[in-house]
Amino acid sequence: MLKTELSSAQIKTEKPYRQWGLTDAEYDRFAEKLGRLPNLTEIGLASGMWSEHCAYKYSKPVLKTFWTKNDRVLMGPGEGAGVIAIGEGKAVVFKAESHNHPSAVEPYQGAATGVGGIIRDIFSIGAKPVAILDSLAFGYPDNAHTKQLIDQVVAGIGDYGNAIGIPTVGGETKFASTYAQNPLVNAMCVGVMDESAIQRGKAAGTGNSLLYVGAKTGRDGINGASFASAEFSTEEEANRSAVQVGDPFMEKLLVDACLEVTRDHQEALVGMQDMGAAGLVSSTVEMADKAGYGMVLDLDLVPQREPNMTPFEIMLSESQERMMLCVKAGREDEVSAVFKQYDLDAVVIGHVTDDGRYRLLQHGETVCDVPVSLLTDDAPVYHQQGVKPQRLAHPAPDFVPVVTDAGATLKTLLADPNVADKTSLYRRYDAQVQTNTIVGPGGDAAVIRVRGTHRALALTTDSNGRYLALDPEIGGAITVAEAARNLVATGAEPIGITDCLNYGDPTKPEQFYSLQESAKGIVAATKALNTPVISGNVSLYNETNGEAIDPTPMIGMVGLIEDLSTITTPRFKAAGDLIYLLGETGSDFNGSLLQQVETSTVAGQLRPLDLKREQDIQRTVLSAIRQHLVSAAHDISDGGLAVALTEMTFHTGIGAQVKVAMPAAQLFSETQSRFLVTIPQDQQAAFETLAGAAATLIGKTGGPQLVALAEDGRIDEPISTLQTVWEESLPCLLK
Amino acid sequence: MKAAVISFPGSNCDDDLVHAIRDVVGECAVKVPATATTLAGFDLVLVPGGFSYGDYLRSGAIAKFAPVMAALKQFAQAGGYVLGICNGFQILTEVGLLPGALQWNTSLQFICEPEPLVVANADTAFSSRYEAGQTITLPIAHGEGNYYADPATLAEIEANHQVVFRYAHNPNGSLNDIAGLTNVAGNVLGMMPHPERAVEQLIFGTDGLGVFESLVEATKEGVYAEN
Repeated sequence: MLKTELSSAQIKTEKPYRQWGLTDAEYDRFAEKLGRLPNLTEIGLASGMWSEHCAYKYSKPVLKTFWTKNDRVLMGPGEGAGVIAIGEGKAVVFKAESHNHPSAVEPYQGAATGVGGIIRDIFSIGAKPVAILDSLAFGYPDNAHTKQLIDQVVAGIGDYGNAIGIPTVGGETKFASTYAQNPLVNAMCVGVMDESAIQRGKAAGTGNSLLYVGAKTGRDGINGASFASAEFSTEEEANRSAVQVGDPFMEKLLVDACLEVTRDHQEALVGMQDMGAAGLVSSTVEMADKAGYGMVLDLDLVPQREPNMTPFEIMLSESQERMMLCVKAGREDEVSAVFKQYDLDAVVIGHVTDDGRYRLLQHGETVCDVPVSLLTDDAPVYHQQGVKPQRLAHPAPDFVPVVTDAGATLKTLLADPNVADKTSLYRRYDAQVQTNTIVGPGGDAAVIRVRGTHRALALTTDSNGRYLALDPEIGGAITVAEAARNLVATGAEPIGITDCLNYGDPTKPEQFYSLQESAKGIVAATKALNTPVISGNVSLYNETNGEAIDPTPMIGMVGLIEDLSTITTPRFKAAGDLIYLLGETGSDFNGSLLQQVETSTVAGQLRPLDLKREQDIQRTVLSAIRQHLVSAAHDISDGGLAVALTEMTFHTGIGAQVKVAMPAAQLFSETQSRFLVTIPQDQQAAFETLAGAAATLIGKTGGPQLVALAEDGRIDEPISTLQTVWEESLPCLLK
Repeated sequence: MKAAVISFPGSNCDDDLVHAIRDVVGECAVKVPATATTLAGFDLVLVPGGFSYGDYLRSGAIAKFAPVMAALKQFAQAGGYVLGICNGFQILTEVGLLPGALQWNTSLQFICEPEPLVVANADTAFSSRYEAGQTITLPIAHGEGNYYADPATLAEIEANHQVVFRYAHNPNGSLNDIAGLTNVAGNVLGMMPHPERAVEQLIFGTDGLGVFESLVEATKEGVYAEN
């Protein structure tokens, strides 16, 4: 693939950069700013650094609109991960990352290295990684290819997290035909640290050393950043050399060693960064850029797994489990000794300079000499104009479901893989190692305690491409609101967000429209719910043979619980508790799971999300939980009230009788801003005073049946039957 | 009680064990690296869960050659209490301190779930705080927990009452539902479930506490005083 013998002049005429994702105009821009024709290494570095993955050249104008700061945020986007203060001197660090393309090509390694990469982002800040969550989206599991994909992605995530000893505590798995050729594999990692110990990825101070640590550099994942920034075609499935291979054992040693350095040798450390996308070049260039310095690296010193690697290969390899440290001159041995103790390579490969240039040497010759800023600030930024797609300009009429047997409809929805029990997937993840998991997978959100404090964190990942497909702006706002509802239902106050923006090709105006509009919805919702976006990534080009996925922003949200006694779960606790519905129910079937199940597609218009009402309902639920009035709480999402109520009965042996003033079909409506809560009878007065008109008493827990009486129909089913339908569906579908 | 927790490269339940013993049970526990050459002065040695050396060849196959192994064998042969949990159990069978072996789960998948166990023998240093026949629930988290021993060995194990915990609903294919067993002398226990993950009400409940409390009692009795 590489023509190392190409001269600068030949590059100009033969244009090898095109296959790495650079356009002719971008090549010209680079050459012009450099003031001469670049050599192969230099233009190769540009292809990595100017890729969407590293430079955000299409998404930057959108990302700039995100709300990223409030009084709790200690560090926002721009570093390895964002940091938020959680009190008692502690901070939470989190970020999410997508590995969609690698997982489509090589699902096991693609998913595993996605987890490995996001973990490095967390400990590069100096935080101990304490939890992993995932957000997966596949086609319907009705064919061998998809089943195999699901199995291998889950195995990859599990094997990495399990081996390294970080619990995978929660997440979500969605199924829709839009993801059949382009699965989404997003992983989020959460870390905890002392507020005072935050590290930044910077390389400052002339003469300070650049210490390469961890795995050797090989020819794997070369130019993966460019790979991730291009559309898929079926032929490219052969593109496996762009996928990396993970080694969780090596990463475990790396986590422990790096945290030891940040803890015991903070004075010697200037900065630390993960070698992720675009490997060695992006980590070092970003570290130099953030500090306003230059650097010189001797590539002969880079630990290499294979002989005769070219500068292009060494710099753009995405070999896993590597970190770059900037260490004060004279203190290299002290830091290296820590890594040696873990049997890890730690080699000084260069030093910081004051000339702002990025110079690489190999075999005594200069193979690259460009300004650092040429690879960072000078990357192009494209201000795209979105164009509203035809289907959004002329939405289909409202979907009106005909529900003749509400019990049968309920069972259909419980058996749909989007609702069905996911135990068979998440039981392959160690959810308990580190012994902090208070609420593991399967609830509205996971809850982990924060060691050394009296606090806990609630964690969730959420996405809903169905809504975005109908209205990106409203859908974007709903995704944020639903994530917040999941946290509130556990008793947590939402405090911040990380995101993975999974979209189609941004050079297509209709795809860019989705990105731009959904950002508006996300921004409005994050402001209303006081959840700034502190980190994230973009995954554009989620297209196969020209067909884009439904726009799917994944929201990873973190909430804070200051009183461990208020942690709440969705399951019923006792018979005789009162069941209240918070929020109003309308005929919201466009984009609903019921529509997808019955018509195999979604169509129609979404009703706008009233963020003020959302805010009020969430505040009411959180206040009631904090006052110890609530015995169980659950947000209402996929499948509506009937599904939410059924989920509250699972594994409890406690049924429910409710009566609602609505047509039976509305039991499955997905009107936003709703919760179900149960209240012990002796708290009825206190709860009703607090909730006022927002809450409607609809019935009581108890009995072996789920009975829901609506105006023109009813559900009356044994809860054991409903649980069996829910439990047996997915294992059967995946067989 | 003074407990040593052997920390191999790749162990990931060593900190959890130290936390359980030190912060919850209130006894002394320290981590000892796999390069240690002596375990003198400890009342109990724990071999923790995790993926020692990545478990790349076979669970425990590389840990078997760690420098600390000679000291561990010596400690066990002198009658010292040794508890191996999960990967620790795998390592103890690999080095021959316990009979049998742990194979891949019959599902060929890693399984993490709460597992009800029946206490088969409450008359050991590791289980005296439980009642025989009592059901407790501990988490399991393993890919290779399917206990196997040849028929003769298995018969011997049963005849000697070496089985301490049995699965109530066998999750992995283990012969005779074996979740944990001791050596003939009764001073070495290996178990796949994680008692250290079940010592606090807030986290998983306290069904695992009995293992550590039994050991506190056993080490107090001075059955084993020097090594």
